[in-house]
Amino acid sequence: MTLLSFLPAGFLDSGPVQRALVTGAVAAVISAIAGVLTLIRGQSFAGHALTDVSAAGGAAAVLFGAGPLAGFLAGALVGGFGMETVELRRRSERDLVAGIMLGLGLGVSALILGRIVSSGSNGGAPVTILFGSLFILPPGVILPVSICGAVAVVLAALFTRPLLLAALDPDLLTVQGGSPRLMRLVHLTMLALAVAVSSLTVGAILSTAFLIGPAATATRLSARPGRTMALAAILGLIAGWGGILMSYKSYDWTDGHAWPVSFCIVALIVAAHLLLPPVFGRLLKPRQKG
Amino acid sequence: MDQDALRVDGLFLSRSGRTVLSGVSFALAPGSFCGLIGVNGSGKTTLIRALLGLLPADAGGIEGAARGHRALGYVPQKIDADPYMPLRARDVVALGFDGHRYGLPLPSRRRRDRVAAMLAAVGADAFADRRLGDLSGGQQQRIFIAHALVREPQLLLLDEPLANLDMPSIAGIVSVLKRIARESGVTVLISSHDVNPLVGALDRVIYLAGGGAVSGRPDEVLRSGVLSRLYGHHIDVLRVHGRLVIVPAGETHPIAPDEPHVERLE
Ligand SMILES: Nc1ncnc2c1ncn2[C@@H]1O[C@H](COP(=O)(O)OP(=O)(O)OP(=O)(O)O)[C@@H](O)[C@H]1O
Ligand SMILES: [Mg+2]
Repeated sequence: MTLLSFLPAGFLDSGPVQRALVTGAVAAVISAIAGVLTLIRGQSFAGHALTDVSAAGGAAAVLFGAGPLAGFLAGALVGGFGMETVELRRRSERDLVAGIMLGLGLGVSALILGRIVSSGSNGGAPVTILFGSLFILPPGVILPVSICGAVAVVLAALFTRPLLLAALDPDLLTVQGGSPRLMRLVHLTMLALAVAVSSLTVGAILSTAFLIGPAATATRLSARPGRTMALAAILGLIAGWGGILMSYKSYDWTDGHAWPVSFCIVALIVAAHLLLPPVFGRLLKPRQKG
Repeated sequence: MDQDALRVDGLFLSRSGRTVLSGVSFALAPGSFCGLIGVNGSGKTTLIRALLGLLPADAGGIEGAARGHRALGYVPQKIDADPYMPLRARDVVALGFDGHRYGLPLPSRRRRDRVAAMLAAVGADAFADRRLGDLSGGQQQRIFIAHALVREPQLLLLDEPLANLDMPSIAGIVSVLKRIARESGVTVLISSHDVNPLVGALDRVIYLAGGGAVSGRPDEVLRSGVLSRLYGHHIDVLRVHGRLVIVPAGETHPIAPDEPHVERLE
């Protein structure tokens, strides 16, 4: 086990760490795929707004004594399909709708989290909902998280081509006999799954970083759709697992004041985005003929 | 079998409640190279979208052999894709082949060969492996033409593909389209606000103005009498140093119809 000898003693044997690693990996992979699609559809801001509605859902679930995952997912789905019902005449109008949605989501989150805190039942809920709870996940979380991951991967495998074509121009898909509307619903569902699982990981507020960061880095490193998604997933996975390890180790570095895992993951995502494209972007450019 | 690739009969179209075209009729013969000409806002995009089934007609019929998803290829007027869209030019053409299909895109020799053939046909070999967002407007235009042709449509509809292109690119694309129409029997309908870059190549002109249309051979349509009737007021069609200029009479214009190098087409 020399390969793993740099890991802290007992790291992989700890139940909370195992759950953190699995959940972090699922969040990284779904966010990467959904993130690339979100970027190329020009919907990063809508994706961000969705995370705030998702936060309200997670908070409501905690208020009623349920696990936050179902709440995050329900919130993201309601937000996404809510935005979908608004008729848009051009892309910029989507930002307007998303902005209103974002405000509403955060406002309702503030209301519910305030209720939870003032009732004295769960003072940690705001931090858990907004900034993640990766090391305190209950054992039962693995199954629903894995189902979310599996559904997202199946959707991606089924619909990658029409999703790309619709992102290029929805009319092109219609002319070829496909349905841009179905693609919008598929994308929203994938987005909701990604936001829900990453909200568990890095919290509702930071789940945008997981969604957009690795995807943005990957689109600058590769010009091929499949490779871009795979690369985004790998980058997300490295940031997710690396962040968990970094947070775990920071306990020793900072004599007891460990860095939150959300901070560590986001720091790695940002570092990758700043460093990798300038270093590797040139190398990965295709050879130019003629 | 239908004689015409496309037949439009008494077509009425509107946008946001405003009538744009009222009672337009024309027919396109298979394999013909046709120009849809009209000024900004005359309804070229509206008509093309209706022919594609993207816009419902208020009244009138669209018929012909080239109907349905399999038969139509489309090059939109404007595609504002994300510059970092992770698609190479080659991938865009492949999406034209099977981008509407579900499931993972397994490697396919047939697709690869068709895509390569189309890239060659539009003269895009040199930049086939570059990112779409890194290509110039004219290069992207060629890629989208290849995208539209790769499923071998019977009717290819191109919305202002020559706007923003320089003269050599225009000549290049017109000759590519003309050759494709001739060699593979595809009917091509190409819209443009200027008739000049196309007029030498066109088999047929559909001229839109004032909500109506006239169609015919270029020398039948591009005449003062015909266009005056369409516009409902006097129009001069002038040939100046070989270029056609279409001007409403009385409008301030640098060309006087009675100068010696100006020929008036009655
Ligand atoms: N989305 C829309 N909503 C309302 N009216 C529209 C819309 N699009 C076009 N129109 C109107 O329909 C008419 C025809 O527009 P269309 O886009 O078909 O013209 P066009 O001939 O393609 O012009 P251009 O040369 O500028 O592309 C115009 O008067 C325009 O104002
Ligand atoms: Mg137009």
